[in-house]
Amino acid sequence: MALDVVLWGVLTLFATGAAAVAGARRGSTSTFVYAVALVVSMVALCMAVWTLLVDPAATPTVSLPIGLPWLGAHFRLDALAAAFLVVVNLGGATASLYGLGYGRHEEEAGRVLPFFPAFLGGMNLVVLADDAFTFLMAWEFMSLTSWALVMAHHRQPGNARAGYIYLLMASLGTLSLLLAFGLLAGPAGSYTFDAIRNTQLSTTVATAVLALTLLGAGSKAGLVPLHVWLPLAHPAAPSHVSALMSGVMTKVAVYGFVRIAFDLMGPPTWWSGGVVLLFGGASAVLGVLHALMEHDLKRLLAYHTVENIGIIFIGLGLGLAFAANDMRGAAALATTAALFHVFNHSVFKSLLFFGSGAVLRSTGERDMERLGGLIHRMPYTAFAFLIGSAAISALPPFNGFVSEWLTFQAILLSPQLPQWVLKFLVPAIGGLLALSAALAAACFVKAFGITFLGRARTSLAQDARETDRLSLGAMFVLVVLCLVAGVLPAYFIDALAPVVQGLVGAQMPRQSAFAWLTIVPIAESRSSYNGLLLFVLIAVAASLAAYVIHRWASHASRRSAPWDCGFPDASAATQYTAGSFAQPIRRVFGSVVFRAREEIDMPQPGDSRPARLHVHLHDLLWDTLYAPVAKAVGITADVLNRVQFLTIRGYLTLVSGALVALLVILAVWQ
Amino acid sequence: MDSFALDVAHLFAGSLVLVSFMLLYQDRMFSLLNIFALHAFVVSVSVAWQAHIQNAPHLYITAAIALVVKAIVIPIVLHRIIVRLGIHRNIENVVGIGQTMLGGIGLVALSIMVMLPITTAEGTLVREDLAFALSVILLGLLMMVSRRNAVGQVIGFMSIENGLILAATGAKGMPLVVEISVAFSILIALIVIGIFLFRIRERFDSVDLHALDRFRGERP
Repeated sequence: MALDVVLWGVLTLFATGAAAVAGARRGSTSTFVYAVALVVSMVALCMAVWTLLVDPAATPTVSLPIGLPWLGAHFRLDALAAAFLVVVNLGGATASLYGLGYGRHEEEAGRVLPFFPAFLGGMNLVVLADDAFTFLMAWEFMSLTSWALVMAHHRQPGNARAGYIYLLMASLGTLSLLLAFGLLAGPAGSYTFDAIRNTQLSTTVATAVLALTLLGAGSKAGLVPLHVWLPLAHPAAPSHVSALMSGVMTKVAVYGFVRIAFDLMGPPTWWSGGVVLLFGGASAVLGVLHALMEHDLKRLLAYHTVENIGIIFIGLGLGLAFAANDMRGAAALATTAALFHVFNHSVFKSLLFFGSGAVLRSTGERDMERLGGLIHRMPYTAFAFLIGSAAISALPPFNGFVSEWLTFQAILLSPQLPQWVLKFLVPAIGGLLALSAALAAACFVKAFGITFLGRARTSLAQDARETDRLSLGAMFVLVVLCLVAGVLPAYFIDALAPVVQGLVGAQMPRQSAFAWLTIVPIAESRSSYNGLLLFVLIAVAASLAAYVIHRWASHASRRSAPWDCGFPDASAATQYTAGSFAQPIRRVFGSVVFRAREEIDMPQPGDSRPARLHVHLHDLLWDTLYAPVAKAVGITADVLNRVQFLTIRGYLTLVSGALVALLVILAVWQ
Repeated sequence: MDSFALDVAHLFAGSLVLVSFMLLYQDRMFSLLNIFALHAFVVSVSVAWQAHIQNAPHLYITAAIALVVKAIVIPIVLHRIIVRLGIHRNIENVVGIGQTMLGGIGLVALSIMVMLPITTAEGTLVREDLAFALSVILLGLLMMVSRRNAVGQVIGFMSIENGLILAATGAKGMPLVVEISVAFSILIALIVIGIFLFRIRERFDSVDLHALDRFRGERP
């Protein structure tokens, strides 16, 4: 029943998208489209939650006579699909709610409204697909609709390039997945997932499938080094779409990886876990380092998505490594951590993008060096953004902490692994994870502090107004979720138990059975965490401190002149900037990772121009990996360009020459 | 199958290759048409012989189609077109006749080298037949490449089709439907190409393809 309802919902979304094409010019269309999307997402969310909590064992399937004639379209709602359906539709519902307010002021409504519901429907279909053809169709549909949304404001500088790079990377990803499914289906060409599960893969084929899946799903998820499109494309879209792309679509990509690596490929090998761990660790650290160097609010958030995808893939890699060694309990812990982080990241990343969207709408500015002091003008947005920042920085009692803590618990089990490579690798990855968590906290101190604290740096920030109630409503729904998932994680972990059971054949001990809702991943003696107690402690301690300060502190006003805390000038430009905040970290890491070079332009005595500090950053990955490929393609295209203007006889010669050449090869080959 | 039947089949297929070579070096319009009619005639005889030795009466229909349409109707139509266009002058070969013939010999050698090793499982008739058919096809391609005049290219195209028929009848059990549809498409192609010839001449006062290239700004 649940599956049918969701499929009807997807159909409704597609119909709404088509209807929006007709009515794009009318103002009421925006409200209509987002309201329908909201209702459908809510219904699908309820269905998914119901499936996950009440009836995870039932896996309803539907087979529709569309698509390839001998295959049809198969859909299936198992526990894994239900879990990701929750993520997709929670993001979809909040983005629609936010869009109800935010989208009213959209200038290019005709370029956003038709694609928004279609994008949501496409993501739902990817999760539900039960054969390779349907999966790839839905995947490509999701890519193309999101591309159209990225290109909504195509006249703004840089957006066209972002769309182009996104399109290239998406095509590459789909191509890889196509090849991966081709290998999975084997020579018999059985494309339903049921048939794929039953085929045995040789080691060579399994290696190729894993590599192709990492390439295909990784490029969509933003795994280093395939992340380059993400910080370009995510900020280019309207903010609620950025939230969907960053918070939800990357999770659909994770779903694709989990579905293939854990479900379809059969028993994992230990080295596949190691490879995934490596990519995850690299993504976590490089993502956050890039974010630290970034002063554009939305691009910073997009880089943080790279980091969090890295954390998720670390969990998944550990899950694969443990499962390959038949350490079921540990594998369940690592996989639960990864899936829980999928949920958490979708919640707080959507929240942060909504916040940055509110800032963008009231100031028209994404560069945080031109913001500041917004906490006075937009107090509710500032509060929501602060909670989101705390959650993504993995501070207790919020949800980000729980899933990262669970990942660390899984890392601490690594000495039990029999392979020496993993024994050494996993603690190193753990170090990287710790580093990235610390740097993420630093980065969000910067993001929140520079944007919302201090004084306004420009008149735009000075005149900012609080955003509308619907947008705030969407943000506060997510704020509550951040807190609830952080304070009562036991229920969330238990809800994920059937999913993990299906993936690795074991599940974590039932958490809500422990006293005081403590979560105990392995054993009481090792480690435990109680979000509720911690929350109460923080609340009581903070209230007490506030009370003590207000009760006993001196109310006498003081005047001070001489030192001014280094802030003698009234100009807002003398405040601490995002660049100054990032400088120490840039000096420590940047010289290697970014080949950062600082140049001080000091005027001669008597010269009245200001001294300047120029910082040159290089993206090493872009320079070494992408630039040569782009150059080679350019040269080849130039050479082949001549072929486009041949005479008729020239073309004939080309064709027959090619035929003769192939025949010669055939003759020599034998 | 007795060896006499085989030998005769090979004789016809081999003479088709020979006629293909003859097509290559014709530099006058009418003689080109005549040789093409001969080409089609040899194909139809070959097909008829196949029909006889394979006991496949429907191949007689194929032979009849080849004879009537390609050996009689198409040459006559092309003849009238040429007369109406008033191009009785030479067909310039782009490459010299000597090189073209050498290239043709090379192509025949190539098709034998390709075909014989990969068809070891088949009967002798099919193997040699396929090698000859591939030679005819490649020679037709060579002719299309080496001609500058549109009529010459049309003839090259049709000779390729003759090669395809030879290949198809050599293998047992080609359904008649295939043959009829191929013949039909050839007719359509003739009509389209005929119309094109007139259109090209209307526009450029010539059916020399150089005029097209000049029009596209490729050559001065």
